[in-house]
Amino acid sequence: MAEERATSTDTLLEYCLRLGDDRLILGHRLSEWCGHGPILEEDIALANIALDFLGQASHALEVAAAAEGAGRSADDLAFFREGVQFRNLLIVELPRGDFAFTIARQFLFDAFSVHLMDALQKSAEPRIAELAAKAVKEDRYHVRHSAEWMVKLGDGTDESHTRLQNAVNDLWRFTGEMFLADPVDDAAAAAGIAPAASTLKEKWDAVVNDVFARANITRPADEVFMRGGRTGKHTEHLGHLLAEMQIVARSHPGAEW
Amino acid sequence: MIANADLLEILRTVKDPEIPVLDVVELGVVRDVREESGKVVVEITPTYSGCPALQMMEDEIIAALKAGGFPDVEVRKVYSPAWTTDWMSAESKAKLKAYGVAPPHVREAEPLIVLERARHTVACPYCGSSNTEEKSEFGSTACKSINFCNSCHQPFDSFKSI
Repeated sequence: MAEERATSTDTLLEYCLRLGDDRLILGHRLSEWCGHGPILEEDIALANIALDFLGQASHALEVAAAAEGAGRSADDLAFFREGVQFRNLLIVELPRGDFAFTIARQFLFDAFSVHLMDALQKSAEPRIAELAAKAVKEDRYHVRHSAEWMVKLGDGTDESHTRLQNAVNDLWRFTGEMFLADPVDDAAAAAGIAPAASTLKEKWDAVVNDVFARANITRPADEVFMRGGRTGKHTEHLGHLLAEMQIVARSHPGAEW
Repeated sequence: MIANADLLEILRTVKDPEIPVLDVVELGVVRDVREESGKVVVEITPTYSGCPALQMMEDEIIAALKAGGFPDVEVRKVYSPAWTTDWMSAESKAKLKAYGVAPPHVREAEPLIVLERARHTVACPYCGSSNTEEKSEFGSTACKSINFCNSCHQPFDSFKSI
């Protein structure tokens, strides 16, 4: 595993799988809202954001595939890996829940992703820097969108407030994984490929606290944080998602339209 | 030796499938075209990461060059510098407006996160009124937002400025 022989190729491959898988899985979760959004504008917005994430994922997995050098394509990585080979954060694979849960998850991730992409524009790896320069433009309006809904729901009716607070409470134990560095993160930071994960925490806290205050949301206490996604130890939800996401590619390998 | 101007002329016949008044050159998707050891190399960049029209533009670029007598074509994707609406010419913006889409404005420097944006005035492409409002930052394609004109009561698309 990469932890044992952290060559630069392994680090780049593992790091790009993380970038790609977070956005592929979250994009897929968001796409589940297509045709089911609470209002038409929101249905369109969630589909747009899902598409941005799928595009970012495709780009990151292209870089991963090139780093791997095994002749696999981005599509091969997306559709022909098993759950234990996925490197996404646990938070992105949780079922979409109600609209409040979707918005809360989105906001907590967007506030992380926009700062990560901003920092990655200075990556020593030019393929990551150019991916980030593009993604940060999209992440900036993603976080504006999810923060706006946080305030609308949190500062809305008793019902919307309760649902949002419950969602934040349920999600909180999955937020720590964004900032817990492991040997891959440390190797990526040492090589100048990525910022140290801990440097993003303060920036994330500032946005989260600001929006929580405006949304009348109480920040849960930091207690136990779940982790495992980065090393392939996933929740039971990922397998079901992959079964649906990968079925067409696996049933008809090489199909085109 | 093939003149780049001839190649560009062919590429200008390929339109954005979502906004057919703009061609792929003025949209800024085509970054370079040149002859390289007997074949034509076209460099393209995506507008948005997930824009589904990119593949279609790539296919149409290859088809147009083939029809123009250049059977050996390679399309390469480039990502840097990242695509921006700031590349769009005044002439292209006028075409968008005539098509019913409010054109993008030149962007000003902004902090990384702007949660409550002071809205840039977007003139209605139909009546010219600046009494308009943005209904959603997300429209029928990744590159457009949904707006409404309070003067002529017409909903309209606006090309996002990124």
